[in-house]
Parts: sequence; C-alpha cells; structure tokens
Amino acid sequence: MVEEEGFRRYVAHAILWIGIAIVAFPVYIAIVASTQDNALIANGQMSLLPGGHFFEVYYQTIFVGTSGSTREPVGNMMLNSLVMALAIAIGKIAISIISAYAIVYFRFPFRMPIFWIIFITLMLPVEVRIYPTYKIVADLHMLDSYAGLALPLIASATATLLFRQFFMTVPDELLEASRIDGAGPLRFFWDTLLPLSRTNMAALFVILFILGWNQYLWPLLITTRDDMQTIQVGIRKMITTTDALTEWPIVMATAVLAMLPPVFVVVAMQKLFVRGLVETEK
Amino acid sequence: MQKQAIFQSKLLPYALVAPQLAIVLIFFYWPALQAVIQSFLLQDAFGLSSTFVWFENYIELFKDAAYFEAIVRTFFFSFAIAVSSLSFALLLAVMADKPLRGSMLYRTLLIWPYAVAPPVVGVLWIFMLHPSLGVLSRYLRNMGIDWNPLLNGDQAAALIILAAAWKQISYNFLFFLAGLQAIPKSVFEAAAIDGARPMRRFWTVTFPLLSPTIFFLLVVNIVYAFFDTFGIIDTMTRGGPGTSTVTLVYKVYSDGLLGGNLGSSAAQSVILMVMVIVLTGIQFRFVERKVTY
Amino acid sequence: MANVTLRNVRKTYTGGFEAIKGVNVDVADGQFCVLVGPSGCGKSTLLRMVAGLETVTGGEIDIGGRVVNQVEPADRDIAMVFQNYALYPHMSVFNNMAYGLRNRGMKEAEVKTRVDEAARVLELTPMLERKPRQLSGGQRQRVAMGRAIVRQPKVFLFDEPLSNLDAKLRIAMRVEIRKLQRRLNTTSIYVTHDQLEAMTLADILVVMNGGQVEQVGNPLAIYEKPATTFVASFIGAPPMNLMSTRIDEIKSQLGAGEAGILGIRPEDFVITEQTPAGGVALPLTVEAIERVGAETFVYGSRAQDEQRVAATPGELPPGEVIVRIPGSEAPPIGQKIRVAAVRNKLHLFSGDGRTRIEA
Repeated sequence: MVEEEGFRRYVAHAILWIGIAIVAFPVYIAIVASTQDNALIANGQMSLLPGGHFFEVYYQTIFVGTSGSTREPVGNMMLNSLVMALAIAIGKIAISIISAYAIVYFRFPFRMPIFWIIFITLMLPVEVRIYPTYKIVADLHMLDSYAGLALPLIASATATLLFRQFFMTVPDELLEASRIDGAGPLRFFWDTLLPLSRTNMAALFVILFILGWNQYLWPLLITTRDDMQTIQVGIRKMITTTDALTEWPIVMATAVLAMLPPVFVVVAMQKLFVRGLVETEK
Repeated sequence: MQKQAIFQSKLLPYALVAPQLAIVLIFFYWPALQAVIQSFLLQDAFGLSSTFVWFENYIELFKDAAYFEAIVRTFFFSFAIAVSSLSFALLLAVMADKPLRGSMLYRTLLIWPYAVAPPVVGVLWIFMLHPSLGVLSRYLRNMGIDWNPLLNGDQAAALIILAAAWKQISYNFLFFLAGLQAIPKSVFEAAAIDGARPMRRFWTVTFPLLSPTIFFLLVVNIVYAFFDTFGIIDTMTRGGPGTSTVTLVYKVYSDGLLGGNLGSSAAQSVILMVMVIVLTGIQFRFVERKVTY
Repeated sequence: MANVTLRNVRKTYTGGFEAIKGVNVDVADGQFCVLVGPSGCGKSTLLRMVAGLETVTGGEIDIGGRVVNQVEPADRDIAMVFQNYALYPHMSVFNNMAYGLRNRGMKEAEVKTRVDEAARVLELTPMLERKPRQLSGGQRQRVAMGRAIVRQPKVFLFDEPLSNLDAKLRIAMRVEIRKLQRRLNTTSIYVTHDQLEAMTLADILVVMNGGQVEQVGNPLAIYEKPATTFVASFIGAPPMNLMSTRIDEIKSQLGAGEAGILGIRPEDFVITEQTPAGGVALPLTVEAIERVGAETFVYGSRAQDEQRVAATPGELPPGEVIVRIPGSEAPPIGQKIRVAAVRNKLHLFSGDGRTRIEA
C-alpha cells in the first residue's frame, strides 16, 4: 500500500465520518423522536436532542400499541417476526443442505432435472407469483398462520447452490475414509459433512434471518388478523390513519425496535454476516 | 459438477430432495403456472366466471399509458438509485481501503443499514422529510423550496430514490471494499513508482480493476430497485401522489388487490417474470466472467 | 492375516478408457507389496479397486480366500492411508482413530485401549486431544497411520502416504512404516511413484506402466534383470543408459540384421583405456559434472550420433551417457574420456524394448 501524507489522511477520515453521519442521521432522528411528546412533533417543533419520555413510550409500544381501536402490542408483532424469521432461516438451511447433499453425493435418475427445477426458482421471486401463491395458501387454509408466512419463502436455490459449491470443495478422500471406517451415507452426513458445514450454515443463517425478519409484501398479503401481524406490516398500519392521528413517538419506537434485532446481528456477527453476504451472491 | 466419490442408494437421494422439491412445486411452479394461465383469462365483475381471451390482457396493458409510464418510471428509479448509491459507496470504500487507523470501526459503522427493512426505511425518511413535521423540511422551506412530497409527484419520486439509495449504500460499500481489498497492493505500488498521482491512480488502476465489481453491483442494484423498493414506496407514498411513484411491482400489487383486476395483474406478473429471467441471465453471464477474471 | 490375489483384474471406465488392462499379482500373507510406476499408470486405481472405492469391471480380487468384488469397503477388513491423510478436520486425534472402531460397535473401553496403544507406538499420546490442523505434517501422517493400525485389519493399503512430507521426514517415516509393518506382520499394498521408496520398502515389487504390469518380483532381482527397457529406465537413479546397439559382438546375440537395445547402468561404467573381454567401451566427451559428495555423475556425449532408443522415463537425449564414479575426483569438462563396462553388466533388449535377451 502506498503511504499517504497527513493531509490526505485527514481528508479520508473526514469523508468517512460524513458518510457515517449521513447513514446514521435518520436513525438518530428516530431514536430522538421516540423519546418525545407527540404534540410537540405534530407541531413540527421536534427537538434534535433526546426527550424524557423514553420509558413510557417504549412501555406503551411494546405492551399496548397505539391508542387506536385496532391496536396491537409491538411485543407481539416482534414475536411473530421472530418466529417467521427463524422458520424461514432454519427451514431454508435444513431443506437446502439435504437436497444439495443428494445432488452432490448421489447419482440417481432425474438428478439433473431436479437440480434445474430448484435452480430456476431463482427467477421466481415472490413478487412475480404473488396472487396465485396467495390463492394456494388460502386453499390450504394457511392464511394467518406461521406456516403460511414461512413456507412459500422457504425454498431457496441460493442456499442449495451455496451448499453444493461447498460440498464440491470437501476432499473426496474424506468420504472414502468414512466408507472404509464403516460409515453409511447418513452417518457420513451427520458425523462429517454437517460439522464441516457449520461455518457456512452460520453465515447463511445470519443473512437469512435478516432477510426473513425484513419480509414485507408477503406478510402484508396473507395476514389479516392483527395478532398475526409482523412488525414490518404493523409499522405501516400505524401510519395509515390521517396524519393528525399518527402517534409518531410510538411509530418511531416501533421503527427502532424493528431495526434492533437485525442490526444487532450484523454488528455482533460481522464476520459471519460479511461472509454470508459475499457467498450468497456468488 | 459431480463428485467422483459417491454413495450408492436407490431411495435415499429422492427422500433427501423431496422436501425442497415439494415446496418448490407447490409454492413456486404451481403459482407461476397459475399466473401464466390467469393472464389469458378475463374475469367478470363478480369473479364468478372467466373466459379465455388469448393475449387481450397483454394488449390492454401495452395500450395502457399508465403501464407504459410505470415501466419507464421503474427503470428511471432503478438507474437513479443504482448510480447515486454506487458512487457514494465507492467514494466511502476507497477511503476506507486506505491504511487508516480505525478502519474496522468505519466498516462496522457503515454496514449496519443493510439490516434495516424497506418499510422502516420508508418510515424513517418520510418522518424526516414530512411536509408538516419533518425536521429537514424546515430547512428546505427556509431555503425557499416549496417542499411537499405528499402533493408534488417529482418530490415524492426524489424522496423514494433518496431513501432507497440510502439503504443500498452499506451493501455496495461492503462489496466495493471487498473488491478493493482483492486487488494486489503491489499494483498500486507499481503505479506509484510509475509516477501516477493518487487521483490518476484511481482512474487508471483502481477503477478498471474494479469494473467487474461495479458491473455486478449495477445488476444487483437494479434488481433491488425493481423489487425491494416496494416496502419503501408502500410506507412513504403508496404510489402517490396520483400514480407518480407507482413501479411495476407496486402496480401488480395494487391492480390485483385494490383494483381486483386479476387477469391484468397476472399478465403484469408474467412480464415481470420475463424481466427477472433476463436480469438473472445477465447476472450469471457475468458470474462466469468473474470466475475467469 | 490374509493374502491378496488379483486375477486378470480390469477396469474400463464408461467412456471406454481402459485404466487397468488385466493385472495378475499375488501377495502372500504378511508381505509388503509396492506398486510403482509413473503417474497415470493405473497404480492408484488398482489400489482403490482393492479398497473397494472403485468398481472392478473384469477379473477377481481375492482377500484371504474371499472374492471381494462386490463387498463394501467397510466389510473388506482393510485399512487405508491416503495421500492427503483424509483426517476428519473437526475430530480430535483420538476421535479420528476411534471413529472406525465405534462405527463397528466396539465397546468404548476396548476402543480406548486400542487407540492408546496405537498412540503410544506412534508417539502421539500427548496430542490425542488436538485437532488435525494443530499438528505438523509428520504428525498428521502418523495419525493417518494410527487410524489404520487400530483397526487391526487384514490388509493395509497405502496411497502415496509420504509424498506430502519433506525429504528428510520422508526417509524417517519410510523406515518407520517398514518397522511397523514387520512388527504387525500385516499384508500391505503400497503405491508410490518414487522408485527409491519402492526399492527400500518392497518384499515384492510390481512395476506398472499404461495399466499393465511390466514386471513383478523381488526388488533386487528386478534391478539386476529388468524385463523391459521401461523397467530398466524406471528402476535405478540415475536411469540406465540405453542405446541402440551396433556393436558386432552383441549383435550376434540377436537374429541376423535385427536391431537391439543395449543398456548399461551408470554405476557399471569405469573410466579406463582398456576394453574388458566381451564388454563394451565408449569414447565420450565430458559435457557436465555433478558432484554430490560420495559420488560424482559425469554426463558425456558420444562422438558418433546413435539412433534414438525407445524408453520413456528418464530417457537420455540421443548420444548422452551418464557415468557414476565414486568420490569427487572427475575429469574436467571438455575432456575426451573412454568408459567401459564388463560383459555381465550389459543388459540387452529386443528392438522394441519389450523383451529382455539373456546374454
């Protein structure tokens, strides 16, 4: 690397801090707003410094919800989001790793057609098949259920491809040694392949959890009951009423709560997150 | 494509692919097929009967000025979001790639917005730039701008582009940084010895070597702008004012659910499917090039 | 305890490529058999067929009196040491060795006894709890050996087990493998491309080329009487000098007018002005000298250009001859010298190099 003299370094530091400020400012405003009085905000008199209503606002948000008639505690919404995100992440990893295992480690009739059937789903995001999928979920009586929220989002060609790619790098001799050591296909999978895939699974989990938590269009369509709302759908419903009635501190507290789990995951598991992101885009 | 060392088993591999295959067939292929069939049908006003109308839904769509506008708007949004977000992210990545103290901290502080969901992004930005109570709107008005994105379509579009680009910065930053770190440092050293000043080094060495990453991110950003902006639009403007922020995906949603026009919505889905296939195709061609690069 | 017999073993891949073209080998109980040959000669394929990792498309493989063509690797009672060791990266050294025993339902107490014993023999006891990545190359190699010996199998199979080690360690491990095998007295088949390893380890040496066996036998017997020019140039380093013969006396051994190939090992030459009775003498110009301490290699070119001789590995350029002399005294480069070899050190082959002609 070419060392640079002081002045240029200061410029670099300055640009980075400006970037960080731009990136962080909307969130700072949200945090500040979530600690203030609604009347002040509605008048356009919001202060840029934190107010003193932190505890009451967050208490109301988590345990009560807005003051409207169809209110729902955000705590419950977060639980729904959590269940959906976990179901999507774990479900995707589970079904993808076993199908990738079959495709890489076995030779069987229709192996390649099956691979292509899975692969092509990359081109069918939920947005392009939204109403027919809705209809099927309705026919299966899965509206307003966790299964309906998660199942249609669970099949993932990306995860299957990722595991396939990883399995291809596992030396053949490991399988041969296992065979000589008397391990059958399931044993080899459980004793050797699964432990070796741990890091890949963790990285994938981080990404899938974030994507699952942040799902919007699908939950919006298939949840009609308030108690099945995810937090992303809930926050949108909070600002559907006319402006004057929107309880901005609660909306902002909900926004902060909606960001908290995925942002925490990114920051706390940065290495896995970066790895997962780069791998899934390959 | 396949291993030399494999297991022999007749039924086990089918059992292993069965769960994924079942989900894919039930929730991907069947609905996609339904969308295609539906797009050739016209339903009566009560949804009781439908008639086969060949390409009428498609012809109607292309005669519809609103649909044509939505296509143009979607592409405009895509490019505006991609270009603004990519250039800002590249600037930050080039700075963060320098041997600075605290570069890991910078990275952490710049990548977390990836985790913010589109509807939340929408809420954050509409709150900041809300015509009556937004903290930034005051300054805009003080500068003499008649700021009201809830009434002014151009301002609404600008707001959406701004918010969507903001969310995408962290993703682009991360990939640019990875791309920069993959360039051997000796190349920069050679350029420096060859007498290239820093700005010149950037345009003659860094930028060309980064071009595969740039192209890759361009495609990803366009796909993002097609689909993931839905949450931002739905919380910020709901397509309004008028139809000035209706994108293709938003139109599929609103025509189908709100308008109840399932045939047209299905035809739009099919067109979107074709677009995704083209975009994915471009992406994969590129991935192959990246491998050889 | 078992003998291993290969009867006309063949391997043809689905594409039609014939990797093994009918191999017959008999390894007696407790013998150490080495398969040697250049890369691509089929030696590893043959070993993997014995292990059951590759299917057999023709002939029979017999281990301890049982034809095992259709038997799963795990049920053949063999153990294998792989070139890259194939240790389970996520298991400790102890578990790596114990895995095969546990899969067979062995009692944990017995597993522990066996693993501890193997670890003691291989001096791995202090490392039993470590993961493979925390070990050096030599230690990993030992773990791979340990995994094989705890099983107490009928047959050990080694697939170039030393090729990932540095030269010094390779020699040490070679000696150790041989000692261990003698002590356990387990029938072993060992694949290598290194002729020195092959010579030093083998009770019975199998030289392979192009999917076929060129020669089977005691290593010294093979060294002294190579059956083909391929074996002649593959076994022994530097390789045997091969030249098409025009020397009248030797020509008389062949049919009238037939061309033959004369082979002389570098160590069988002496620099002398005399021509031994019945032997041969060559005038050479010294082109290069390699001194390695105890011996010196002299590279010479023959004055008159001879015809090219068909021999693949270690082939000399036409007209070049290597002479090995003891010590470090050597003639200067450019000097003309005369070298000679006695009659019983001459090897004579038919013109195609496929048949040895006894002098």
